[in-house]
Amino acid sequence: MPADLNLRLGLPGSDQSDKSNKRSSPETAEDTASNGVPAAKSADDHETAPAPKAQIVGWPPVKSYRKSTAKKAETESGMYVKVSMDGAPYLRKIDIKLYNGYSHLLTALEDMFKLSIGEYSEREGYKGSEYAPAYEDKDGDLMLVGDVPWEMFMSSCKRLRIMRGADARGLGCAQ
Amino acid sequence: MCLFQFQSVMNYFPEEVLEHVFDFLTSHRDRNTVSLVCKSWYSVERFSREKVFIGNCYAVNPERLIARFPRLRSLTLKGKPHFADFNLVPDGWGGHVYPWIEAMAKSGINLEELKLKRMVVSDESLELLAKSFPNFKSLVLVSCEGFTTVGLAAIASNCRFLRELDLQENEVDDLKGKWLSCFPESCTSLVSLNFACLKGEVNVVALERLVARCPNLRSLRLNHTVPLEVLQKILVRAPQLSDLGTGSFTHDPDSETFIKLKNAMKNCHSIRSLSGFLDVNGRCLPAIYPICISLTSLNLSYAPGIFSNELIKLICHCKKIERLWILDTIGDKGLGVVANTCKELQELRVFPSDLYGVGNTAVTEEGLVAISAGCPKLNSILYFCQQMTNAALITVAKNCPNFIRFRLCTLDPIVPDAVTNQPLDEGFGAIVQSCKRLTRLSVSGLLTDQVFLYIGMYAEQLEMLSIAFAGDSDKGMLYVLNGCKKLKKLEIRDSPFGNMALLSDMGKYETMRSLWMSSCEVTLGGCKTLAEKMPWLNVEIINEHEAGEGEGEASCDDRHRVEKMYLYRTLVGPRKDAPDFVWTL
Repeated sequence: MPADLNLRLGLPGSDQSDKSNKRSSPETAEDTASNGVPAAKSADDHETAPAPKAQIVGWPPVKSYRKSTAKKAETESGMYVKVSMDGAPYLRKIDIKLYNGYSHLLTALEDMFKLSIGEYSEREGYKGSEYAPAYEDKDGDLMLVGDVPWEMFMSSCKRLRIMRGADARGLGCAQ
Repeated sequence: MCLFQFQSVMNYFPEEVLEHVFDFLTSHRDRNTVSLVCKSWYSVERFSREKVFIGNCYAVNPERLIARFPRLRSLTLKGKPHFADFNLVPDGWGGHVYPWIEAMAKSGINLEELKLKRMVVSDESLELLAKSFPNFKSLVLVSCEGFTTVGLAAIASNCRFLRELDLQENEVDDLKGKWLSCFPESCTSLVSLNFACLKGEVNVVALERLVARCPNLRSLRLNHTVPLEVLQKILVRAPQLSDLGTGSFTHDPDSETFIKLKNAMKNCHSIRSLSGFLDVNGRCLPAIYPICISLTSLNLSYAPGIFSNELIKLICHCKKIERLWILDTIGDKGLGVVANTCKELQELRVFPSDLYGVGNTAVTEEGLVAISAGCPKLNSILYFCQQMTNAALITVAKNCPNFIRFRLCTLDPIVPDAVTNQPLDEGFGAIVQSCKRLTRLSVSGLLTDQVFLYIGMYAEQLEMLSIAFAGDSDKGMLYVLNGCKKLKKLEIRDSPFGNMALLSDMGKYETMRSLWMSSCEVTLGGCKTLAEKMPWLNVEIINEHEAGEGEGEASCDDRHRVEKMYLYRTLVGPRKDAPDFVWTL
């Protein structure tokens, strides 16, 4: 069931559709610090998956302490990179610092996107699997995930892209 | 024997006997009740009461408290309204604890315990507290603000018999002070220490020494700056802990430190409650498997770094869990595993992990249904979900007639039934009809007046109700006010309830602790009428925009809708510490 399909059939005479517009505050309200002054929105907030609805003050009702802890954890630790998958409507973001190595990362990607990636081999890349993970490095080049040592990958990976196996064949070749 | 005869018999007993009998009454409600029986019972009760609970700090004042209960030893105070948790109450609203501490200090009250929730606690308050009460033993601060580590240092330095320092989810300015080092060498009485909400580093050597010299330490919750190496050392020194909050839980799982930690954990046979994991590496989790089997309480809701499959592996070990707080990253599948494994589960809280985006990591009605089917002892739930259906709620109601607390939050506040597109009235109706012992309810999703008809009809034990973006007309609110006889707290936001509902039964509010209404249809005129007719209520209007601009004509117009209104019963009239933007009518 697509998450963005929210049909609202209002009862006759009710103004359900008006209600959310009337009540909701502009999106800066969500990041408002408790003293009422809007905090500067970090670039990250815009780059995370599209937010079609204006955010409402105090909804979902999560304690501000919990929110600020989550936000802090995100900004402090993260090595966040965008992950796109060919054919998916929107991107995800993951913190590659949370992973211990390639197998951990790939398992997580398989879990997140509900697909299988298969075994890496230096000679043939991810041959035989439906999808192959690639990444954009500091120079802007599209690289196959797994070629370089994990630490080097962590520092050079700017963005991840899960490509369909057919498209990735060129990347899998040994040289 | 009728009450009159019984009373006469009781009056033959000396007061000491009455007092001894009252000692068995521990609940403050029971003690309040016996104090109403007759003058002599009132008198005996008030001189013997040591623990007092005040649900709204503005309902009484310190002087009256002290006058009535001179033997007070333990005080619980609550300040701001609940919706303050969600940024709906501006800073500076009130809820200061200082006047209470000052009054008790001046009157020679022998305060030993202080528990505060949603109050403003300044460093001065903490310093005064620390210096005024030589037998002070326990400080519990929940969702408070206004203090820094300087105040904590005062507590650590001066409270010679301190047993408990429990800081839960407070906003604390961490000035990187050495508060932990302020516990003197002579302090060996600590039983409970929780500083998980502090953001700064602590002196880990001082921490280890403190733990080593407090043999009665049962509960320890660290903050995220305490690394795993230190946790390992602490566990070696304190294997008797029953409640542990880890700090950071990330390390190289192949290292010697980690192996030492695993061994230390195995020795902790008493741990029943586990929390923390504020910074976590999933591969380190197996270290806790040996203690999982005995856990009754597990809080992983501050650990976004644990993935669904790792969570599931962990849960499989937790067969005795009674209280579980997790993030929705667990997924419906994970909740299915919980349902199959955790047969002792009583309380479940599933928090949203994706607070800023629109990802689809959330749980749905499936997870809730699975839990209701698998966990026969479930009685309390807080569930943030992507979607819900009436059919699911009806099934849940059938499976779990024992709910005491039922709080459902759909991420989209007015989302309809995901299958039928109907309002969720029938689903919540089934819940209130089936759960006869329900005392707390939060509703969400698309809801009409009908749901309130059900609530008014069936929720006879309901004490607290939270409403947001719901209802069509005044009738909705009326159903609730007329029906729920035990209602104590009602909080409503963004719903079309107006003066007609507000003013229909004004006496009702004297039977309740408080009413909050924001972004509804009540007008200034309506609130003024209520304030005029009900002298035992404080009707407060919060006007954030008007502050500092003087009183614009528009804002004084009685026909103007009031943005935020908070009213509560009180014995002491309008409060004197209200800021500019709060008008008490």
